[in-house]
Order: sequence, then C-alpha cells, then structure tokens
Amino acid sequence: MTDNTINVEINGKTLEASKGEMLIQVADRNGIHIPRFCYHEKLSVAANCRMCLVEQIGGRKPMPACATPVMDGQKFNTESQYAISAQKATMEFLLINHPLDCPICDQGGECELQDVAIGYGSGASRYSERKRVVKDKEIGPLVSTDMTRCIHCTRCVRFGQEVAGIQELGTMGRGEFTEIGTYIENSVDHELSGNIIDLCPVGALNSKPFRFQARGWEMTQHESIATHDSLGSNTYSHVRRGKLLRVVPRSNESINETWLSDRDRFSYQGVYSEDRLQTPMIKKNNEWQEVDWTTALEFAANGIKSIVEDDPDQLVALASPRSTVEELYLLNRITRGLGSDNIDHRLLAQDFSDQAADSLAPVLGLAIAELENQDAVLMVGSNIRSEAPLLAHRLRQASLKGAKVLVANPEEYFYYFDTHAHLSEVNLVTQLASIAAAVQNKTANKDLDLQGAEFSPEHMKFADALIDAEKAHVFIGNLGLTHANFATLRRLSAYIAAQTGATFGYLPPAANSVGAALAGVLPHRDVAGRDIPNIGLNALQMSDQFRKAYVLLNLEPENDVQRPYQFRKALDNAEIVVAITPFITDSLKADADVLLPMGTFAESAGTYVNCEGVWQSAEGVASPVGEARPAWKILRVLGNLFDLGGFDYNSAFEVRDALQAKLVGLDIATTYRGSASLNLAAEAPHAYLDMPAYGHDSIVRRSNPLQDTRAAKEAGNKFFKVAIV
Amino acid sequence: MPSFKNLYKMFTLSELRQGLGVTFRNYFRKDVTVQYPEEKTPQSARFRGLHALRRYPNGEERCIACKLCEAVCPALAITIEAEPRDDGTRRTTLYDIDLFKCIYCGFCEEACPVDAIVETRIHEYHMEERGENIMTKERLLAVGDKYEAMIAADKAADADYR
Repeated sequence: MTDNTINVEINGKTLEASKGEMLIQVADRNGIHIPRFCYHEKLSVAANCRMCLVEQIGGRKPMPACATPVMDGQKFNTESQYAISAQKATMEFLLINHPLDCPICDQGGECELQDVAIGYGSGASRYSERKRVVKDKEIGPLVSTDMTRCIHCTRCVRFGQEVAGIQELGTMGRGEFTEIGTYIENSVDHELSGNIIDLCPVGALNSKPFRFQARGWEMTQHESIATHDSLGSNTYSHVRRGKLLRVVPRSNESINETWLSDRDRFSYQGVYSEDRLQTPMIKKNNEWQEVDWTTALEFAANGIKSIVEDDPDQLVALASPRSTVEELYLLNRITRGLGSDNIDHRLLAQDFSDQAADSLAPVLGLAIAELENQDAVLMVGSNIRSEAPLLAHRLRQASLKGAKVLVANPEEYFYYFDTHAHLSEVNLVTQLASIAAAVQNKTANKDLDLQGAEFSPEHMKFADALIDAEKAHVFIGNLGLTHANFATLRRLSAYIAAQTGATFGYLPPAANSVGAALAGVLPHRDVAGRDIPNIGLNALQMSDQFRKAYVLLNLEPENDVQRPYQFRKALDNAEIVVAITPFITDSLKADADVLLPMGTFAESAGTYVNCEGVWQSAEGVASPVGEARPAWKILRVLGNLFDLGGFDYNSAFEVRDALQAKLVGLDIATTYRGSASLNLAAEAPHAYLDMPAYGHDSIVRRSNPLQDTRAAKEAGNKFFKVAIV
Repeated sequence: MPSFKNLYKMFTLSELRQGLGVTFRNYFRKDVTVQYPEEKTPQSARFRGLHALRRYPNGEERCIACKLCEAVCPALAITIEAEPRDDGTRRTTLYDIDLFKCIYCGFCEEACPVDAIVETRIHEYHMEERGENIMTKERLLAVGDKYEAMIAADKAADADYR
C-alpha cells in the first residue's frame, strides 16, 4: 500500500491519496465539497456535466475533479476565483434549458440542482431565447418522467448498464437534441429500477406513486428495515402526520449498499389498503361483530383455554416468517406454555423428513458483501431475482469480478449476469446427483453412494469450477427449500460443498425466517435450537391433520400456505380460529372466529434477523390504522390472559433482549451434519413452488404500483387487487 | 397650611376654567371620530386581512400545491394536501387556513410563486359556529371570486414596489 500512497495538495492542504484515485474521491474523503451532478460513487465516471471543474495549479485549463486521476505532488484549488467562475459558467449553461418549474416539481426541496444553484447560480438569467421542451416518456407504473428537466447527467443510463445489468434507458440524439429514453416505447421493468429515482439529481425521474404527495421538508425521517426479502435492506421511512408516505434506501455497505429493490421501495403502498382490519371482530352465531379489544381478547383466550384444558395438542399456531422476532418469540412462548408443540413458520415447505438435521437457522453461511468476492458460487433452486433482488445484484458483481456463477434450477430463469454453467432441468435432484458424481470423479472420493448417477461435460464444469475455486459458496434458494425432495437435495448440495471445500448455506425465504428459527417457531425445536422430544405438527401436517384451535399470525390462508384448499378445510373444521392479521380477507371472514387487527411493519416496533444473521431493530413509525395494535402487544396480553407469567414486557426491545439472552454463545454456522437417505426417483413436475416476486406477501400483494408492473402482470392474475384508500 | 396661592386658585375656580377651556377649544375643532361602520378609515393596498385563493381569468385555480406558504407560515396555520388531478396537473385536495392560528403576517402571500394565496382588505368577519375558523379551499376560492376586482386592483397598485 505504501508504494501506492501519494501526496496531493488541495486548497493548500496536503492530503494522502492512492495512485490513480480521482480527485473528487480524495476531496470527498477529506470533507472538501466539490459540486457535481453526473459523478456517483457507485457508477463509472462520465464527466459530462462539467460541474466539478477545479483549478489545477500550473494547469492550462480547469479540470473535472471526477475524471482527474491524482498524481504525486499535484496541487489543486477548488475554491479559487478561477474554479468558482468555471463552476458558475457551467451552472449557467445547465440552467439554460432547465425549466424553472420548481414549485410543481416533486424534487423541489431535495434537489441537487436547486442546492447547487443556490451556491453557484446567478440570481437573474441572461438567457432570453426559447427553452428546450422534451416530451415525457411513459416508462411504467413506478417511475414518473418530466424529461424537460433532464440535465443529461446519464446516471440513470449508467445505472442500467453497470448495476442493473440491462440498459433500459439510453441517450438519443446529440447536443441540444439529446434525449434520455427507451428508444422504442417500452417500460423500465428491472427489479431495481426504482433506484434511478434516487440517482436522478433533478426532477426528471421521480416516484410515480409518490407524485405530488408531499414535500421533503414536511416529512419526518425514521430508520426502518425492509421486510420483503431476507436481506433486511436498510431504509428510511418518510412519515407525515402519522402516515407512511415514502420509503427510500439507507446506505449500508454490508447489506444493500445504496440500493433498494422496487419491492421494498413501493410495498408501503399496500399498507393503507382498503381491506385493512380496523377493529377487533368476533364471530357469534355466524355473524361478525365489531367489539372492543378486551371482549375480543377474552373471547379468544377463553375459546382456546377451553380446548387446551382437555387436550393441549389440539392447539395449532402458524406464523408468517415476515413477523418480527418479538412476535414470533411470544407466540412460541404462548403455544409451548399451553402445552402444544404444533407451531411452525415454514409456510411453503413440503419436505420435513430431515428437519432434525436443520442447522440452528437457515442462514446464508457467509456475509452478503462477501458473496461478491467468491471465485465460484453454486446456486441451487433459486429464482434469485425474485427472491432477493439485491442478492442477484451481488452475484452480478461477483460475476463481473470473474467469479464463476453456477446455477442448478428446475426451471429456466433469466439473469442479468453471466453464468459459467447452468442447468434448468425439471428433475433438479438427479441433476445434483450428477454434479456430485462429477465431483466424485474428480476427487476420487466415493464415500456417498449416488445410485449410479451419471454425469455429462456440463456437470463436470460445475465440479471443475467449484474445486478449482479458492473461495466457493453453495446455497439453496427458495425453490430448493420448498422442494418436495428437499432432504435429498440438501444432502447432495451439502455433499458437493463439503467435497469441493465450499461453504454452504441457504437463502432464507422471508425477512425473518432466521429469526423464526432462533425464536423456536418450529415443531421440533424450541428457542435456541433446543430439541423437543415429541415433535409437533409441521406446517404441512397442520393442513392435513385437523385440530380444534388454530392461531394464525400475519398470514392469509388463501395465499400464504403450501396447500390453501386443504388448510382452509382444516380451519373450517376447527372450533376456534384466532387470526392476528393486518388485513381482512375472504377466507379469514369465512373461516376465522376472532380477528385481531395488528400493525404492519410500518406501525410496529420489531426486530428482523437477516440472511446473514444480523439483528436489525426498528421502531414503529406510522400511526396505527383504526384500532390496530402491534402484534407483540396483542400476544403479550394474550399471554397474560392465559396466566402464563412473565409476559410483562414494556417494549418490543425488552422482548428481543429476553430472547437474545437465551441465544448467547450459540453458533449459527450452517455445516450440514445429517445423513438423509437419497431418493433419486423421478419427481412430480411441480415439486417446487415459485412465488411471484410481487405475490410474495400480503402487503406486496396490495401495493397497486407493484401489481401494475410488467413482472406482476406476467405472473398472472394470481392475486386479488384492492384499491388504495 | 394652605398657601395663599392655593386659596386663590380654589376660590377663583381657575383649574376648572382651564379644563373647560380645553373642552371649549375642541368644540370648534374638526371631528376625528370615525362613525364605524357607517364611516371607515382609509386602507392601504397592502392591508393584510382575510385570505383568498385566486383564479386565472380563464377560471383555472392558480394554486399549484407547491406548499411554500405552508412551509413559510410561522404560525403553522396552513395545511395542504395534494395529488395529481385527473388531467395530470399538480393541485391541492386540501387547503386549510386556521384563522385562529393565523397572525396575518402576509408571508404566505409573499412566498406564493403564482399569486394564488393573497390577503385581502377584508377584515370584518366573524365566526358563529365551532370550526368556522377553518377557511377551506372552497371558502378561500369563494372569497377570491367575490373580491377579484379589489384584489387585482390592489396587486396592480403595489406591483411597482414588488
């Protein structure tokens, strides 16, 4: 490093820099402000806005700081008269064609052009000729365009090329006639496309659902966690008068960098859906009655008590893995406190035969950022762009850095990165067996009987890449986790990983799958992985084996479980169904007996454990809708009504701390130590379940802008739509 | 002991005469009392009274929901909500001024980029019911429609100084 370190002088201060670094990076690191529009730390250098012109002492002309690599001993001045006049002249040119329509522009108040114009613009315009007008483009339901405002920084174009991996926007024409557009009428469909809203330094690209809703200065900003994939992207929630109006990314290099997936960005539109449950309701004589909280909670508690007193095994609790850790932990304490082990969160899984060999939690097995630095990555059964869009972005970065991305999927999916080898065969398990056979061939270690599986050169490519890689990772995605032959699939994947020296892990299906496992929301394990001797019913058995009392946390029976029809029959057959839910759906109306309105992620404080095992807490930021209460409070009162003791928590974070105290010293490493027997028989064609990206959870399904995207429309009209209030 | 001077004043009623003299002098002076409400004092074109929302001559409301008045209002008397109108333009769906909070400073008028919110010369208004202190968008526009001639004249008179 020392050879690379050089000294440059900026504004008379001698600063350390590394060779080849751009001047603007050195300045930024040392808190020296240089105005800029086209430069962005995550994108390549374009140097087309010319706003960052500075003076190089001894130089012939002003230099753009974003495209000037520093050399030893160079001297720059960013604040001299010379530099300022160059910047002011640039500003004047930029403002020639910029319509001064700030009062009707959504960017007003949070606009980079406005901010810089305050410092470098002139009070009055010398320009009296005609201004340029550009027709707005229609690029889909998420991003609104006002192309006259565009200053051609090309950040959005470069984002498409470099980050998203598909160039959906481009520049056409030259000089005065330059336009940003899609060339032929088309929508911008990439799952990260919302990020161009943040990148756009002016008001040309803005959030369409947020259009004209509020000004930056009206809203209060709260730190939040995105809950629609297992990354737990960091966000800011913008709230005005108790209502969540916007979600924007919060920078966290180790998780989401500065990006946010469209699903996390626009899901908030589902929070204020028309079918939010406003008050507690109970069903008496087949008639729904709106009641107060005390009545509803007592009705629920008494109903469950009368059943549990006879036979605790009649109680079943099913929770969404998108609930917070606190909610899951309290639900576990209630269910187990009442003597039942019938509790689960693995809503879509089908094969539970090898659950005893589960690791403590289904974590990724390495840091998210570390994925970029792998030499080879084998992804088993994952539609990753839909499951975790930002992880797909990490894989793309890995691929660009030269990693060999290997994909074994039961279906052909499109990726924005190059795969070194990929299989898209329906019979995923036999394909994995072939890869394992190729590995065995290469390592000459035949300690696992692969039942005569044969391999082709394509399979050999997998084996070669994994064995040759210094750092390799194997992970199982949601298609694998919900696979009908998951036990075999995992055994083989783990075997391949072990034999090739790769690390092994899972891509957890939901925001809090890891947290749910740690909180013991499993039929075979209690908190902290403590084994339960008499294993309770798993999520699938809950549908098939009828019980008398069901508690549902944050889920919709018609959309969220593996066998909705069967599950609804079980609910129909039950004596009491208590649903803690933010939304009221047809099936809940038909099958439930008590509906308790809970707050969504926007309204409840809570903690989520992401795929890396990082605990992230956030406060509730918006006012509850109607009578809704955070679910941890509902469960706390229920716990007290059951006289279980120890339910006197004053805040969600006390619940979290109580759980964390039980997890001290636990290792969530994911080495597979089971020995499931291999079942390589041909499998049913639909042995796995691919959730559509925007059909993923109840809030996303209610977000109208997301449902209007092409991705959602192509996924078919699987989910009902309701209007936003 | 009272001095001779005081005794003299007392018996000649000189102080009473002095006082009556003031009364007598003013009796012939010009009246300054204004017989409100039959008579009124003159007002400046810049008088800051009841608020109004103006329209363009073609009937289109001027307000574009930029919310600068809401931001500048020191008494937080203005509440605005906005969304795209059916034709895609930016319009308010809610524009409330709480007259009890308002301190009639005129900042809203100054901040407005389109001269939509103005303070008229009207200062004779009252409320009888709870809630009447909230000037809704409809009421503000009605005031604007009714007094547009006056508002336009006042604006024209002040134009040279703005």
